[in-house]
Amino acid sequence: MTNSPPTDEIIAIIDAHKALEGPLLPILHALQDTFDHIPQAAGPLICDALNISRAELHGVISFYHDFRDAPAGRHVLKICRAEACQAVGGKALAEETLAKLGLDWHGTTPGGAVTIEPVYCLGLCACAPAAMVDDRVIGRMDSAKMQTLLEKVGA
Amino acid sequence: MKLYIPLDSAAKALGVDEVAAALASEAEKQGIEIDIIRTGSRGMIWLEPLVEIEQDGIRIGFGPATPEDAAAILAGNSDKALGPVEELDWMKRQDRLTFARVGVIDPLDLADYEAHGGLNGLRRALGMTGQEIVDEVKTSGLRGRGGAGFPTGIKWQTVHDADAPQKYIVCNADEGDSGTFADRMIMEGDPFTLIEGMAIAGLAVGATKGYVYLRSEYPDAIAIMSRAVEIARAKGLLGADVLGSGRAFDMEIRKGAGAYVCGEETSLLNSLEGKRGIVRAKPPLPALEGFLARPTVVNNVISLATVPVIFEKGAQAYADFGLGRSRGTVTLQIAGNVARGGLFETAFGITLGEVVNDLGGGSATGRPVKAAQVGGPLGAYLPVSKFDAPLGYEELDAEGGLLGHAGIVIFDDSADMLEMARFAMEFCAVESCGKCTPCRIGAVRGVETIDRIAQGDADALPLLTDLCEVMKDGSLCALGGFTPLPVMSAVSHFPDDFAHGRAAAE
Repeated sequence: MTNSPPTDEIIAIIDAHKALEGPLLPILHALQDTFDHIPQAAGPLICDALNISRAELHGVISFYHDFRDAPAGRHVLKICRAEACQAVGGKALAEETLAKLGLDWHGTTPGGAVTIEPVYCLGLCACAPAAMVDDRVIGRMDSAKMQTLLEKVGA
Repeated sequence: MKLYIPLDSAAKALGVDEVAAALASEAEKQGIEIDIIRTGSRGMIWLEPLVEIEQDGIRIGFGPATPEDAAAILAGNSDKALGPVEELDWMKRQDRLTFARVGVIDPLDLADYEAHGGLNGLRRALGMTGQEIVDEVKTSGLRGRGGAGFPTGIKWQTVHDADAPQKYIVCNADEGDSGTFADRMIMEGDPFTLIEGMAIAGLAVGATKGYVYLRSEYPDAIAIMSRAVEIARAKGLLGADVLGSGRAFDMEIRKGAGAYVCGEETSLLNSLEGKRGIVRAKPPLPALEGFLARPTVVNNVISLATVPVIFEKGAQAYADFGLGRSRGTVTLQIAGNVARGGLFETAFGITLGEVVNDLGGGSATGRPVKAAQVGGPLGAYLPVSKFDAPLGYEELDAEGGLLGHAGIVIFDDSADMLEMARFAMEFCAVESCGKCTPCRIGAVRGVETIDRIAQGDADALPLLTDLCEVMKDGSLCALGGFTPLPVMSAVSHFPDDFAHGRAAAE
């Protein structure tokens, strides 16, 4: 686990979004963009700034697939599990990839290089199967392309 | 030499950036001066990356292009040449109203947008009263393109008539249905049309603030929409004085956080407020108590992005397209196991078979088509025997289907429909917000029950039917309420796939 992030940096992020209507999701996204997770230290500061309870905050963070309470691997590989990708072999490709890495969904490779997440549709349904590594999209994914990608991210 | 190269995510996913880089470096090597304009996608995804070169004012297409094709494309002798893009069968057969500019203009060039008819609709609306704007939308017959098909004008009327110090326009850009990408394509390819549509909606109902709730799975769309809003604000299209009219409208882009259920409007509103994306009971309608309990128009991207063209061409001109009570155009998204996938905008009424076989060219694998799922993960699996059905809201409903957001996912004969039914339940279990017991618990039990069927348990099928009834009747929103549709359509149209296990067990 890394050292806890500086409180003043967290406060600056909260303050930058506090005046928005419905500020909580923008705050959580900004924190995760900066620290790659929602630092535990941010909890009381958010609750204080928005006048919400710890239970409410936990409820929100745990509801959404995107938010994590610990940093992910250095890269995040999302593989689409939805119907259009299944129609062209997406399921087999996902299973093969997970087996190759010895991981289940949400798992991270031992060296911390890559975290594998399921995703339900990337809007690339006419060039499926689809995947996304960090913010880069890939269409017509197959075993060979996946292997190259895994090598590139150091998995 | 002018080159038009898409920046759409689908083109990027197929390597367009590498093609653009190869073209730039090849041109430099040969000393050819080129001007690269990045556009949205024409929607012919099977031809992406599709590069276009302008010759005498006509755009000639080359695709699917690879970096190795760069030299031949610049020399004009590439074997990937397709001829004038506008003359391609796929383009000629469409009625591109909502998507008229997508793939044509630079999405972030407001002057280019105006040169192609942009802002005419808003300018016309600025000269009308709120009620006149609402009436125009009613005349157009526009219905919610997100899936529910509720008449847009009637929704606007309710918000227009509500009395409140603040009203809102919320655009639902949480396009989570598999097989749909029209929202993404228009946000990446013509973002100003959505901004213009929201501004017109604001004028109609008296709302001065808008939000686009955009799913986090679309980073490219988020970047383009955010930039477009900044440009619109800088150029006076948004802000305290919209196009110098003295009327105010401004908007923000908000990023979702990976919850499918937030595509349901009340769940979306809770999420926008910073809460768990739990579905709200209706009434109160969002039109009366929506975002922060204020009257709120919640419309899908395509509904709002279609508003400008209705005001530009006139409501009746729009309503002249279509079939029955489905007026105007439908933005079909042809996906999955299909030879020619992409976006095709046409008048309502085209048959499913024409879409799958004629436009789509059958399956990508060349095997016989077995089924098409229309309307996303909550839509029915339709067998080939139902392919005569015309695509319209009521017409598909009569066939036990759902038009939804008009995504069509095609499967060949290797698809196991029991597996697909199981996935529908599994997906519902993962994405249920948890409010309604039939959805939260029922979906988990649904997976278990389908597993029992797979193992040959003869008692499990009536149980599944009963469970689906309970989910349908006992869930507040479409997630729990419509998950039974793909499940039961698979059971009734493909009984053989549910009998395998039984045969094996006997």
